[in-house]
Amino acid sequence: MNRDALLELLYMLSNTPGTSGDEIEVRRALRPHLEGHVESLRVDAMGNLIAHKKGTGAHDLRVLLTAHMDEVGLMVVDHTGEGALKVATSGSIDARLLPGLEVRVGPQARPGVIGIKAIHRADEDENVIPVSALTVDIGAHDREEALELAPIGTRITFATTAHPLGQLVAGKAFDDRAGCAALVALLQGPPLPCDVFGVFTVQEEVGLRGARVAGYTVAPAAAFVLEGTIADDLPKEEEGSPTSEIGKGPVLTVMDRSYVADPRLVRLVIQVATAAGIPYQFKQPGIGGTDAGTIHFTREGVPAITLAIPCRYIHGPVALLDPQDLEHTVALLRASLEQLTPEVIQRP
Amino acid sequence: MDLELLTQLTQAFGPPGYEEEIRAVIREVVTPLADSVWVDPLGSLVALKRGTGGGKKTVLAAHMDEIGVMVTYVDEKGYLRFTRMGGISPLMHIGGRVRFADGTVGVISVERREDSSKIPALEQLYIDVGASSREDAPVQVGDPAVFMRPLVAQGRRLISKTLDDRVGCYVLIETLRRLGPTPDDLYFLFSVQEEVTLSGARTSAYKIDPDMALAVDVTMTGDTPKALPMAVEMGKGPAIKVQDSGMIAHPAVRDLLIAAAERAGIPYQREILLGGSTDAAAMQLVRGGVPSGCVSIPCRYVHSPSEMVDVTDVEQTVALLSAALAPA
Repeated sequence: MNRDALLELLYMLSNTPGTSGDEIEVRRALRPHLEGHVESLRVDAMGNLIAHKKGTGAHDLRVLLTAHMDEVGLMVVDHTGEGALKVATSGSIDARLLPGLEVRVGPQARPGVIGIKAIHRADEDENVIPVSALTVDIGAHDREEALELAPIGTRITFATTAHPLGQLVAGKAFDDRAGCAALVALLQGPPLPCDVFGVFTVQEEVGLRGARVAGYTVAPAAAFVLEGTIADDLPKEEEGSPTSEIGKGPVLTVMDRSYVADPRLVRLVIQVATAAGIPYQFKQPGIGGTDAGTIHFTREGVPAITLAIPCRYIHGPVALLDPQDLEHTVALLRASLEQLTPEVIQRP
Repeated sequence: MDLELLTQLTQAFGPPGYEEEIRAVIREVVTPLADSVWVDPLGSLVALKRGTGGGKKTVLAAHMDEIGVMVTYVDEKGYLRFTRMGGISPLMHIGGRVRFADGTVGVISVERREDSSKIPALEQLYIDVGASSREDAPVQVGDPAVFMRPLVAQGRRLISKTLDDRVGCYVLIETLRRLGPTPDDLYFLFSVQEEVTLSGARTSAYKIDPDMALAVDVTMTGDTPKALPMAVEMGKGPAIKVQDSGMIAHPAVRDLLIAAAERAGIPYQREILLGGSTDAAAMQLVRGGVPSGCVSIPCRYVHSPSEMVDVTDVEQTVALLSAALAPA
């Protein structure tokens, strides 16, 4: 897939709304990009989209590749007498960034604004407003109208439309639509030596839930998890460790809060990257968690690793990534899978 | 007491996910003792001793992995910042040493702080490997390391790094060595990644699909100055788990162990651990559920580089397992 097509796909996926448990539109958006490129496409009981791409028959390893479809957002939990929406977070969001933001509400993507007190009336030393004290304004006149337009449980996402930004691209939900785009790009390519199960998972942001059952269903010999991960490469007061940096290539996880990556897979990816001249970097160990956290302990155990595209400002309304990192991630994943043989992960 | 074996076990390298060295040590010892030996996908080692009876399956699990640290950053001057692999406390490690897989040794120290009366955060500690620059440092981000301390036998007490849970591995090996014919098939499981996720025991127990599972691990004691009240003391015999913060022992498993101890005249203690758990917590919940319990070796200073156990407790834990698994 060339860069234009890859970015067009990323933009489309980024613009599609889909919070945890409500990924149907993302799933629908992915399907046409997979049909014809994979042997089978099905949806499991949790809502995971499972694409099976048969290998060349060089060996019989089953490999699971995942990227999660869900994004962080808000959910309607109540309505005020004036017709505003009370909300709770779905996934982790910093309450400081919410007031005044434009959002999209429900399946009709109804425009809404998160209420904010005018600066003229705000106290100078006002603390962060907790999410429970925020309201979303959809222009409803009263409670009845609000109830009808956005009943309890209605999904709310950031209103951002993806676009280029200098050498970078900007958009919402790059965590993990960037991973989804990379996985589609891989699945659209020629078959690999291994049997590939590309799974677009649900409910990662609320507890790595979809991946857990996908790991059970696929019962793979190894798993590669694709992510959009934290890049905090901005200037700091003192020298310190960035989680990852934009433009420095795919980010490898050695260990995070959810699991320890298999050292043999880490070595393989490093060797492949070095041989192919693809840049890579390590994610600062001990931070965050990914779908690998539940995949690795399914059934008899699954050696796993996470490859991520570094993204600034994830879990906020606008994230940034470098298209080159995205391309390098697809290339590194493909090259690694080409070199993944039963010998790499066998236990003599 | 085979101190040579316990020395080998405690000193072998094996932070979570990086258990190759300790696995090789154990594999060599158990291979001639077992009917078959294999390694599971995540790296756990299983030694099977076949029973004489109807093929009921019992798992005995002790974890091979140990707490450690992982490098998160190498600064311009070659100092390392690190994160925890398993539960470690800054208080226990300042002035201590760590060893990397390639033998590189580092000293743990701490930044100067405005208020030195406060316990520092882990982020304020660093490792000095004697490098003079980032380029000169022999380690990189993602490299794991373990704490260093030799095994010392002093009277009836043993002091060492990583008695958690290499003394449990020792108990499993000694049990395998001494045990006569048993009715059940016994799966001696030397698990990985207990200190981080319990993933090794969970996945191996899934594969084995056992009828009963026992963890053999260390537990804390309440016998030190101003300790959190806990009715387990070092030197008073193996502790039979009633519950901990991750598992309630199956009453039948607990009572089977208690009955065996009483039959064999082995002193024992009933254990309730308020903070912490073992592989049994994970094994209990695999597939449709597994009746599970735990035998603990009382251990002072758990997760410090100088853990302490009593020789008699260790020997009696072997005796208790033998009595429970091979009823006369």
